[in-house]
Amino acid sequence: MRRRFLVATFLDEGGLAKAILPARKERLRIHDVYAPYPVHALDSLMGIGKTRLPLVTLVAGACGLVFALAFQFYGAVLDWPLNVGGKPDNSTLAFIPIAFELTVLFGALATVAAFFLRARLYPGKREVLPTRGVTEHLFAVVLRRPETPVLLRRAREIMENAGAASVEELEAEL
Amino acid sequence: MSFPTFLGKSGTLPLDLAASSDAAPSGEPDSPSESWIDGSPSPRDVGDDVARPLETRPGRGWWICLACAVAGVVLLVGMIGYLFASGIGVFGLNNGVGWAVAITNFVFWIGIGHAGTLISAILLLFRQEWRTSINRSAEAMTIFAVMCAAMFPIIHLGRPWDAFFILPYVPNQRGPLWINFRSPLVWDVFAISTYFTVSLVFWYLGLIPDLAALRDRADQGLKKAVFRALSLGWNGSHRTWSRYERVSLVLAGLATPLVLSVHSIVSMDFATSVLPGWHTTIFPPYFVAGAIYSGFGMVLTLLIITRKTMHLERYITARHLEAIAKVLLLTGSMVSYAYATEFFGAWYAGNLYEKFHFLTRATGPYAWCFLLMVLGNVIAPQVLWLKSARRSVPVLFVVSLLVNVGMWFERFVIIVVSLHRSFLPSTWTMFRPTVADLGILAGSFGLFFTCFLLFIRYLPMIAMWEVKAIAGRNAAHLASSPAAGKPEVASA
Repeated sequence: MRRRFLVATFLDEGGLAKAILPARKERLRIHDVYAPYPVHALDSLMGIGKTRLPLVTLVAGACGLVFALAFQFYGAVLDWPLNVGGKPDNSTLAFIPIAFELTVLFGALATVAAFFLRARLYPGKREVLPTRGVTEHLFAVVLRRPETPVLLRRAREIMENAGAASVEELEAEL
Repeated sequence: MSFPTFLGKSGTLPLDLAASSDAAPSGEPDSPSESWIDGSPSPRDVGDDVARPLETRPGRGWWICLACAVAGVVLLVGMIGYLFASGIGVFGLNNGVGWAVAITNFVFWIGIGHAGTLISAILLLFRQEWRTSINRSAEAMTIFAVMCAAMFPIIHLGRPWDAFFILPYVPNQRGPLWINFRSPLVWDVFAISTYFTVSLVFWYLGLIPDLAALRDRADQGLKKAVFRALSLGWNGSHRTWSRYERVSLVLAGLATPLVLSVHSIVSMDFATSVLPGWHTTIFPPYFVAGAIYSGFGMVLTLLIITRKTMHLERYITARHLEAIAKVLLLTGSMVSYAYATEFFGAWYAGNLYEKFHFLTRATGPYAWCFLLMVLGNVIAPQVLWLKSARRSVPVLFVVSLLVNVGMWFERFVIIVVSLHRSFLPSTWTMFRPTVADLGILAGSFGLFFTCFLLFIRYLPMIAMWEVKAIAGRNAAHLASSPAAGKPEVASA
């Protein structure tokens, strides 16, 4: 959906906190911040909670574990119990390495797949940038454009006081 | 001395880069202002420096190296064709020595891969900042090394076209008969496929932000289209960054036990047998330490060459090389300790066959291989106790080559020397490598280096976003510190 935004561009990460804190105090809606690398302090500044993606790892890993153990048990005990060197049909300990590998494989692939889905990243997607350079060296604080002229003026003021190199309006599907 | 460069004429460097050198600043980097990169490059400088090899024509050095490596690939293809046409009789194998150079190569290449995962996953969990400049190339090395490794068990099968028999596929065309899940050889298949897949996914995930940066640097055209397709629409959103970092941490947490399991399982191919020299409980940790040791040896060899030829000394500094040397010293000591433990165990256990094997290993007809192994893995790393040696690029280069040679011979000693004189003297025999053995070994190096050379030409060999983060933090620190008005070039 196309929306209207106010994009403040910064040359370094130093100005981000100075822009975000007062903006949140004024109850301006921060859509997102764009940066060439992760700025760790932003999570708490923007009030982003912890992602639940590790839960996907846990569930998928558990599925991998159960599947691998069950499949080996089925193949070696139920479907064709074959005497190999007199070892018991149900050699559970010998099934552990493969079970471990499949736990890791399922967990890792599912986590990455869930991340791509959640972050809406897929092959062929055309990038939408708030401004050129945010993947290279620039930082951008993107606010939802306030409706009233008073708030809009206040938002511009906050960004400029924080040292923004430019503050521009943008209509896009960010 | 002039060095053949990997960059063409248009790839000359900005003047400020010339200021950085191998000379290191005093003390370890412990504050943001004294970081793991030399000078105070801005994030934009980092992008320019790392992307330069991708945006300029390659130099003569790169072409010469690529020509040699491709010649190796041609040799490999030729030798494998000869092998497939004639059968595995073209190897020097015989009734006593059923595994030799091909399996040695397999264990060697799998071991080489371990350093990449250690750097990208274990050092990430330990929050080691020095990994950022070298993790991308080390991870790429892992992938290429595992590709080389995975080739060997398949071409060694005799009927490689039936390799898929090792997989439990559905529908099962063998009726209800399944593969033997109790066999370490089957565990190997699962371990190596998982290791390759997870390493590849982890590496690609790390590349996405850099691919996006390259996409935004590129003008319209094929390059932009390729980077656009590969970067999946990445736009630097912090909400995505936040999830991305969490996912990276989760993958590192998964890759850490995975990498330890892979060489443990490879070692079980030997340790679960009853052959003296193989039947040892210390094999899993001993193999893992050896794998990391050999992998770091290869990382050191490659980085010393590429940092010089690609002019990346500012990012891969003498301090990085020193840190790698310390890991070499640690893992080399672990490997030496394992060698001593094997000999002590053979003597202390009083098993006739075990004692005989270890005496033969050190004094028998393959004693020269044993001595090369000791030279590369026990004696060579001892020079790294000296700080001056850890800081000397020529010394490190020689040590890294000795490590590579020593670790190849370690696997040869374990495999061939154990087999050539086992329980029955009537089976005793000598193994002599043939042209096919040596050709495929040389060819595997050709394949590895071809992949690596193409990688450094077409993808950023340094994780730009991670180094930009260090550069950006340094810049913010300098800006906020009143005493640091003038950024200081660390090596000046």
